[in-house]
Amino acid sequence: MSRIIQVHDWIIPTVQSIHILAISAVAASALMINLRLLGLYAADQPLQDILARFLPFIWWPLIVLLLTGTVMIVGEPPRSLKNPAFQLKMTLLVAAIVTTAIYQRILRRNPAFVTTGGRAGAAALASVSMLLWVGIIFAGRWIAYYY
Amino acid sequence: MGLDQFLNWLQETPIAVAIREHEILFPWIESFHVLAIVLVVGTISIVDLRLLGLASRNRAVTALMREVLPYTWAALLVALITGSLLFSSNATKYAHNFYFEAKMALLAIAACNMAVFHLIGAGDIVRWDAAGKTPVAAKTAGGISLLIWIAVVVSGRWIGFTLH
Repeated sequence: MSRIIQVHDWIIPTVQSIHILAISAVAASALMINLRLLGLYAADQPLQDILARFLPFIWWPLIVLLLTGTVMIVGEPPRSLKNPAFQLKMTLLVAAIVTTAIYQRILRRNPAFVTTGGRAGAAALASVSMLLWVGIIFAGRWIAYYY
Repeated sequence: MGLDQFLNWLQETPIAVAIREHEILFPWIESFHVLAIVLVVGTISIVDLRLLGLASRNRAVTALMREVLPYTWAALLVALITGSLLFSSNATKYAHNFYFEAKMALLAIAACNMAVFHLIGAGDIVRWDAAGKTPVAAKTAGGISLLIWIAVVVSGRWIGFTLH
């Protein structure tokens, strides 16, 4: 499998392109949700509407990211598993998934989150979430420079 | 001064030399470039999908554009600045790279597509602004935009594999 990916030199760039496109959907969706929590986007719309609109555009592309990411690991194992940038990326990813799961929980169970949870709490969560996704994108690029 | 002379001058400017020679500068600028591109493509897709009538249908097109596009423009500005810096570090090679040339052409087409939509396609926007269903002109503009930006990402990624 690893050989196949290495022999066909169009596979890695193509899979990386799909990976970046999926990241685009995730990053922009997270941006919209987090801006809404910070009061900087669609303040006149209920938080629930924004979550319902954008959360699927985090979860579904995330599956694409895991699949394309796996192809990249199989194709170039030395470049990934022991790579510090890759390890950092995976750690940040786990944390980012936790923040996304919190948003999913808010969507399902707590329509009044922003008013009851307090604006400061919402803003803190949004800032952490956004920084995590930025960190993931940066760490992803740095994988290429650590092998 | 010819184009190649200009490119040679550009890649010998102190900034270009610094980006080329300090190992850490290029990846950092590249990281911001990827972040910016990702946000440009992601946010513009939100508008494109609305123009296609596929998502955000409960939000008026003009309202969505007003809310989302400022972030697209801000990200595009960062992408252009970081992209110019990366380009300067190896100007002659980039300028003669097929995928780089394709990417620039695609950006020009994206700009034309946007201009045509704003000048012609959006002329009667008040009639369908709030409607979930959008007219053919809007769907065309949104579809073309989506395809172009996908192609921009693909050609951008290929530059890194063909610049030798």
